[in-house]
Amino acid sequence: MRRIEHHPILGDLAETSEERIPITVDGKTLYARKGEMIAAALMANGISVFRKTEKKKSPRGIFCGIGRCTDCVMIVNGIPNVRTCVTPVEENMIIRTQEGSGEWGDTGGKT
Amino acid sequence: MEKREVIIVGAGPAGLSAAVEAATAGCGVLLIDENSKPGGQLFKQIHKFFGSQEHKAGIRGIDIGKRLLEEAENLHIEVWLDSEVCGIFDANKVWVVRNKKETVLLQGDRIIIATGASENAVHFPGWHLPGVMGAGAAQTMINIHRVLPGEKVLMVGSGNVGVIVSYQLLQAGAEVVGVIEAAPRLGGYGVHTAKVRRAGVPFFVSHVVAAAEGKDRVEKVRIVQVDPRWNPVPGTEKTLKADTICLATGLTPLTELAFLAGCESTYSPVLGGHVPWHNSAMRTSVRHIFIAGDISGVEEASTAMEEGRMAGLQAAASLGHVDEADAMIRGKAIQARLDALRSGLFGEKRKNAKESIFSAMGNSNNGAR
Amino acid sequence: MKGVKIDGTPSAEELHASPGFPQESIRKGPLAFIECVEEIPCNPCATACPRGAITLEGGLTALPRLDAELCTGCGLCISVCPGLAIYVKAREHEPGFSSILFPYEYYPLPQKGDPVECVNRFGKSICSGTVLSVRTAEKLDRTALIKVSFPQAYFDEVISIKRLPNQ
Repeated sequence: MRRIEHHPILGDLAETSEERIPITVDGKTLYARKGEMIAAALMANGISVFRKTEKKKSPRGIFCGIGRCTDCVMIVNGIPNVRTCVTPVEENMIIRTQEGSGEWGDTGGKT
Repeated sequence: MEKREVIIVGAGPAGLSAAVEAATAGCGVLLIDENSKPGGQLFKQIHKFFGSQEHKAGIRGIDIGKRLLEEAENLHIEVWLDSEVCGIFDANKVWVVRNKKETVLLQGDRIIIATGASENAVHFPGWHLPGVMGAGAAQTMINIHRVLPGEKVLMVGSGNVGVIVSYQLLQAGAEVVGVIEAAPRLGGYGVHTAKVRRAGVPFFVSHVVAAAEGKDRVEKVRIVQVDPRWNPVPGTEKTLKADTICLATGLTPLTELAFLAGCESTYSPVLGGHVPWHNSAMRTSVRHIFIAGDISGVEEASTAMEEGRMAGLQAAASLGHVDEADAMIRGKAIQARLDALRSGLFGEKRKNAKESIFSAMGNSNNGAR
Repeated sequence: MKGVKIDGTPSAEELHASPGFPQESIRKGPLAFIECVEEIPCNPCATACPRGAITLEGGLTALPRLDAELCTGCGLCISVCPGLAIYVKAREHEPGFSSILFPYEYYPLPQKGDPVECVNRFGKSICSGTVLSVRTAEKLDRTALIKVSFPQAYFDEVISIKRLPNQ
């Protein structure tokens, strides 16, 4: 899992480069491209486990990529069950691996 | 309640084309999409399209998408993004959750539903592991977000989606360790399979996934040959090293809104399952509602765009924006282009399936009714 | 050799039965080869040919027919083929060596003069070759045209080059 820097059809990433923004994932600062989906940013950073199931703690990641299957949900800015494949990253977004149905945290006033 | 002449749900190739056609005819159009960008799946189609000049053959899907967006912009079509349509009722009322916060009720004289399709899953031990994903999901990752979902990919399914995404994974820098197909013959266009094959990718017909294995993600995959009755053949298991398994095992039309609205359904295995009944004018059993694109039967972006044009034109005509004779001529031209795309070895089945739906509605031949 | 629906790539029999694949040719110079053996709705090759050497008899899904007498091997049909199924081969580019001009859509591109591995329809490296030219004109729309010379003994088999390592 990595960024595709060069592409024969889409060109070099530098040419199409968008702003790099920091996000926090399980306490660590990572960088994302502005406007991309959370799931893409995580995969570009080598993360494939987005949540663990309630009983068996079995890992789950991105599956459908279009917001239907809900396999990729995480806790985002304190809100659990956010579909990361259809939610764009925002600067300083706080993202946490979700266990089971997740817990509400500090949403910073957002609901 | 706010009113619009034509409300279109879904801004993919079909919805955009419908919007352009209806707006050109003079309709007030509102185009709604749940995503933050319009274009649907068109912007991940980085390959050149088939067809003839009038179908924009030889042009890459992304560039066809850009042209369509420009057309829509030039027509000043109203577009609501990040807006989910949650229901259609009383034939013409549309319930929208706009920008993920406010709920809006709209009334449309005509509604065109162009919601597309979603990928089918197949199940095998380990299918829940991170690394198993839809081929379309992988295609979005590589071509929209520029992220490679894995280094070594097994493609499950050899239809056009499977082989096109395999090729695009190679272009993105991944290794494709194989394409497996449960049927005894490959499904996709030979020209697509040939370019993947000459890149050194092996094809395995009559093979299925026995299991995906790995701790926190896919690390390897066991595949096994199946006999004509789909039973695994003992002793034919192979283990391939792969960190990603892409599923290209067909698509199912996204029909919920149409059925909520009361559109009658029909079943067509060739077109992906249950689809709303429609005639060749893309009109459903609910008078005010039209459909276009994969919701009316899974085909391709090129057919979706033509169906969108048909729905847009006929919706406009039914509102009196296009005179009957003109609508008839233009409808026939669109139908001719659709028929051309549905001809030949691969297209004929779809053409027959479509026609049996049209005739079930009782008016099979002209698009201008 | 089981054919395009099993192996993914057309067999010699399928190719020779298709009208776009020139039959045994003694021509030394360049000639187009169309490896299009299934009826799909598509015709940019015929539209692109300035000499009318490629025709579709019987509509959009007919297999393209190549008239080898009219074909000059100009290569205008190569990049317009959405299936990347056309290449131009010259049996005798120079004594003992053939050449192939083929479409290539991978990163990175080879450079003129580079040694490359030539592959057959199964992607297997079968001989070495030398890059003669790399064309990337805007009109080609990101389908590069690569010309490679290789030993004449492999004329029938060579179809592309092994991809260069990405990144």
